[in-house]
Amino acid sequence: MIWRRRRALNAAGVMGINRRNSEFIMALNPRRNYPIVDNKLLTKELAIQHGVPVPALYGTIATPHEIRLLPTIVADTPDFVLKPAHGSQGDGIVVIVERRKGRYRTSGGRLLDPDVLDHHLTNALSGQFSLGGLPDKVMVEYRVRFDPIFDEVSFQGVPDIRVIVYRGFPMMCMVRLPTRQSDGKANLHQGAVGAGIDIATGRTLPAVGVGNIVLDEHPDTGATISGRLIPDWKQVLQMAARCYELSGLGYLGVDIVLDAERGPLLLELNARPGLNVQIANQDGLRRRVKMLDPLAERSHTPEERVALARDLARHGFRDARAA
Amino acid sequence: MKLRHLLFLVLGLAALGTGLFLFKWHVLGFPLDANRDADTWTVEARVALARATPGPVKATLQLPTAPPGFLIFDEQFISRGYGLTMDSDSVARRATWAVRRAQGDEALYYRATLFRGPAPAEPALSTAFPRVPELDEPYRSALQELVGRVRQESADIATFAAGTMRAVQGSESTVRLFLGNRPEPLARAELAIQVLHSARIPSQVIQALRLGDDRRDVPLEYWIMVHNGEQWLYFDSRDGSRGLPGNLLIWSWNADPVIQIEGARELGVSFSMRYTIEDALRVAELRAELKHPRVMEFSLLDLPLQTQSLFSILLMVPLGAFLVVILRNVVGISTFGTFMPVLVAMAFRETKLLTGLVLFLVIVSVGLSIRFYLERLRLLLVPRLAAILTVVVMLMGVVSVMSHRLGVEVGLSVALFPMVIIAMTIERMSIIWEERGPGEAIKEGVGTLIAAAVIYAVMIMPQVRYFVLVFPEILLVLLAAILLLGRYTGYRITELVRFRALAGGGK
Repeated sequence: MIWRRRRALNAAGVMGINRRNSEFIMALNPRRNYPIVDNKLLTKELAIQHGVPVPALYGTIATPHEIRLLPTIVADTPDFVLKPAHGSQGDGIVVIVERRKGRYRTSGGRLLDPDVLDHHLTNALSGQFSLGGLPDKVMVEYRVRFDPIFDEVSFQGVPDIRVIVYRGFPMMCMVRLPTRQSDGKANLHQGAVGAGIDIATGRTLPAVGVGNIVLDEHPDTGATISGRLIPDWKQVLQMAARCYELSGLGYLGVDIVLDAERGPLLLELNARPGLNVQIANQDGLRRRVKMLDPLAERSHTPEERVALARDLARHGFRDARAA
Repeated sequence: MKLRHLLFLVLGLAALGTGLFLFKWHVLGFPLDANRDADTWTVEARVALARATPGPVKATLQLPTAPPGFLIFDEQFISRGYGLTMDSDSVARRATWAVRRAQGDEALYYRATLFRGPAPAEPALSTAFPRVPELDEPYRSALQELVGRVRQESADIATFAAGTMRAVQGSESTVRLFLGNRPEPLARAELAIQVLHSARIPSQVIQALRLGDDRRDVPLEYWIMVHNGEQWLYFDSRDGSRGLPGNLLIWSWNADPVIQIEGARELGVSFSMRYTIEDALRVAELRAELKHPRVMEFSLLDLPLQTQSLFSILLMVPLGAFLVVILRNVVGISTFGTFMPVLVAMAFRETKLLTGLVLFLVIVSVGLSIRFYLERLRLLLVPRLAAILTVVVMLMGVVSVMSHRLGVEVGLSVALFPMVIIAMTIERMSIIWEERGPGEAIKEGVGTLIAAAVIYAVMIMPQVRYFVLVFPEILLVLLAAILLLGRYTGYRITELVRFRALAGGGK
């Protein structure tokens, strides 16, 4: 039974964690470039240099006594996001949607006293959410106003688009939709559902939720997930492709959100993107790798790479010339 | 290229490890499992002599030489004031004690420690046909009568020899004629040789000692070895029974007195012995020291005992790490930290599995609830960790005292849990609990415990512990396996479940 399943997964070109680690992350992602993605402040800086739009940075809190400066930093705006610069998997992010009588309301609807928020910031600064527990900085940045495209299919929170960029080519994409279970976070580990996106058209595919169940309706809102056209899709792909140059990583996860006014914005990069994207797309990554490898032998501009990838996607990542 | 390099390395390591292991097992005879005993005897020969007036004394003792079925690994000569010289030829070794001036009663000791070993080849004794002894009457016709009678009742050399032995035990006049008043057993044995030589059968009287536990004044027995054209057969000269018993130590390959003394009165030689069951491993070590002294200088068994027991634990760590590699990279269990299961398993060694699991669960769950309470106090990270550590230590104290009160001694072993590890577990678990939900935290916790239990089960196998301590070179093979697993890019077993939706189509 084990061997049959193994063969079936191999035939489908599914990538396992071991292979991802040894043949993709270790081979394509030089360790020295990790700080670029692990430090979100650095990511933001480089993204601006490379013309990739990002949420505006209001300020940075680097030491505990700077926590008092928070009200000054956000004086001009009622809503903002607190994000540890070295956080991983969305840990430690707090989204404040409004302030009322000195208290903060989170995106989840809870009202936080300032000292609760201060405590959270202290924890974040001392490294509770950072990889390896090192002291960290907290970024205060623009809260994205989501494009209404996903309103029907997300329960509060941040629906984001994850693009896997392989040697500069957008290879596979999905949109992660928060659910009640995920507490408004777009994290599949926490119960968000992921739906694949057709690279060629920018249309969503049916979602896959907890337990590998294919569901075409959002568990909380009941709206149909598939068939939604993502606005500015080409721009999304080009942003993702550009992140290859900015990070120097050959196997990269690019997280993008859609802002109602400012269009797609780069949230963060991931040097060790997860493999759930395969489940969301009902397709294996290795098959697409095989198709992209010959193209990657020559250098292309990000725009060319997007065009080439979409061309392949139009044929379902099957060899068009052979057919 | 890199893969081939790795394969060479892996093959080299595995071959080296296996080779060393086979050498120690086959050539040095290290036993494969621990509970094998080896019979060991300490045999002591005490030579007593006396001299009335001061003067030179010389005593020559025959020493056992290549006794079949035994190995001599230690010999001691105890003799105050005597000079000792050894000489040997292919069939006999002799020790000669000499002193210029001795007076009164003196005692010389020879002590040998023996254990069973593979039978070495017998010394090259002459197998030429002996000459028929030439005797005067009435001996000649008496001997002929004996030979004739024995021949009548025998079919081949073996039965002839056995018949001879029985015949010379009789008390009829022919036998008595030969014995005269010479010392009993030797005279009969020599008569048997005369009979055998008359039939032109190569034969020899030898002297042997019957080993037993804690015996004193054991007499030497005369045995007769007879060559049947192919091999030497051994017969007990007293009753003609054939074959060497396992506990018979051949002391001398001739019938000469084992002790010869010049210049003093011989008061006799007496043999005593003691039987001990030595650890087969110890015997193998001694054997290896005898044969390959260099090898043993680099053995872990050469370390002081205390260090050895430390190493027997230490050597388990690579094994545990190997199991973690398998459980994480091949099976796909997720655990807290990479090698925490190994540390927890080592704590289980002291507490036993079930108690260990219960204690671990109790302490972690109580600690976790206290951690959640501390969360509400909004403490900084490091003080909070310190507080959890303190609470964990106090919890351990409480568990120990309570279990002691209840008369459950095992609870005391809770102190052996690495408390820092527990504190870190609690902290990590609570963060995962907060961030990823209780499901993930419990999943990782259960994964850790399962991994720890598996590692513990392997670690406590006495065979495994023994094996790794005695054959540490097996770690090279383990290292090769770990390196090989480092290039394992196949699916983890849990991934087969995770991606099951993709296995259906296979398009």
